[in-house]
Amino acid sequence: MTDDEVKLEEERKEKKKEFSIWDLPDVPMGKLPPHLELQRTRVVCNIDAPLHTDNIIYSGAYASMGVDNSLRLDNFCNNFRVEVIRITEEDIEFDMIGIDAAIANAFRRILIAELPTMAIEKVLIANNTSVIQDEVLAHRLGLIPIKVDPKLFDDMSENDQPNEKNTIVFKFHVRCERGSGRIRVKSNELKWLPNGSELVKEQNNANSDPNSKPVTYTSFSCGQDSWPELTKSPICVEDDILIAVLGPGQEIELEAHAVKGVGRTHAKWSPVATAWYRMLPEVVLLKEVEGEMADILKAKCPVGVFDIEDIGNGKKRATVANPRVCTLCRECIREEEKSDKKSDETSEPLVELRRVKDRFIFTIESTGALPPEMLFTEAVKILEGKCERVIQELS
Amino acid sequence: MEHGTFGDPSSATFSLTDEDHTLANAVRFTLNQDPRVSFCGYSIPHPSDARVNIRVQTTGESAREVFKDSLKDLMFMCQHVRSTFKKSVDDFKMSNPVVAMEIDPNNKED
Repeated sequence: MTDDEVKLEEERKEKKKEFSIWDLPDVPMGKLPPHLELQRTRVVCNIDAPLHTDNIIYSGAYASMGVDNSLRLDNFCNNFRVEVIRITEEDIEFDMIGIDAAIANAFRRILIAELPTMAIEKVLIANNTSVIQDEVLAHRLGLIPIKVDPKLFDDMSENDQPNEKNTIVFKFHVRCERGSGRIRVKSNELKWLPNGSELVKEQNNANSDPNSKPVTYTSFSCGQDSWPELTKSPICVEDDILIAVLGPGQEIELEAHAVKGVGRTHAKWSPVATAWYRMLPEVVLLKEVEGEMADILKAKCPVGVFDIEDIGNGKKRATVANPRVCTLCRECIREEEKSDKKSDETSEPLVELRRVKDRFIFTIESTGALPPEMLFTEAVKILEGKCERVIQELS
Repeated sequence: MEHGTFGDPSSATFSLTDEDHTLANAVRFTLNQDPRVSFCGYSIPHPSDARVNIRVQTTGESAREVFKDSLKDLMFMCQHVRSTFKKSVDDFKMSNPVVAMEIDPNNKED
């Protein structure tokens, strides 16, 4: 080997060492290539099955490409947004943007199963001559939402005596007079007893002081109506729920005791009718859809995602006007039956359906105990409390 | 609570009572997002036990500290979610006062 050859060889080796895939012009630096970005941020809903449904959460998932997938809290703070769509007395709809499904799902689970409310737990039946059995009646009563802030009350554990801090008592006494027609009894017949139970317990010792206060099933030391929170707004229940239908001569007399609980124990304590989220649908036109095809595409969608715009010269073009209402019925990407196929052109997909992985349309329907926006705030607080508990146990 | 080896603090299993997927899956997410974690996962050994086991293996740091940091991250995220949500709801109520007070059941869609 001559000196020149050695030199050339060295140069070549040097070049090889210097060569890096990152120097190629089509490799984006610090960014994922488009197909991986799509896989990371979108679920693609194909005709047969959805694709890329999992979330890539491992911090080093894209380390080999120089992309950091770890969570930076300041990053999270900058990107996280909430957009409220609707608030009414009983429900709220909002978009939660820039959060992972794991945490959104934690909120949903807490809303359903771990937010405390008050519900009727014990029913003392004094008289029931209706056709509804006692246990069915008690179950129906349990499911009636009670409109009161559960924070005013304490949990009642097994050994606790029912007192004004942990029990709400309702009286329910209806009868259908003989000679009249059947009556429908609604839940508004439940009357709140702020001073506790009025049913007197039977005493075993007959020589007790006749002047002393009779012992009832609750021991209230003061009336609940004296509480500042309850004087203004007395406790009531959802008033239009049918409890029983009474025939002539039938009567129900009972007392219902409501206590605090969570939905995990029984669904009657769940403060939400439903709490659910879905990822934002994204409808993408893969190519220009014009003329007759645009009309066909618009007609295909049962919820009206597509619209048609004029582009001059009497030409029409399909646009995606309202992707939010898309139910992902996939009617727009369904393959036509073979007989309908006119040419190869029609068989090519025009539309792609996707879902945005970090944009959640959250809907919460309250049963009435708390306003829906407060329910969500309380749910987030409970998750914080869980973290705090574990941190404390670890330190 | 914590099951690990005395010699190697970089891997441990944390057994949390009275918790379920709600906390475990959320904390698994924040753990996975931490670059110091080489492996983490959780399991519920039996559906009738209110217990969840969270496994954390790190690249060297104490698993307990990393786990604690992840919980703090999650807590911080919750606080941020709460304040952002409150702000959005207040803004919405300010801009749509009529809709917020709407109680006509036939007019919910507005």
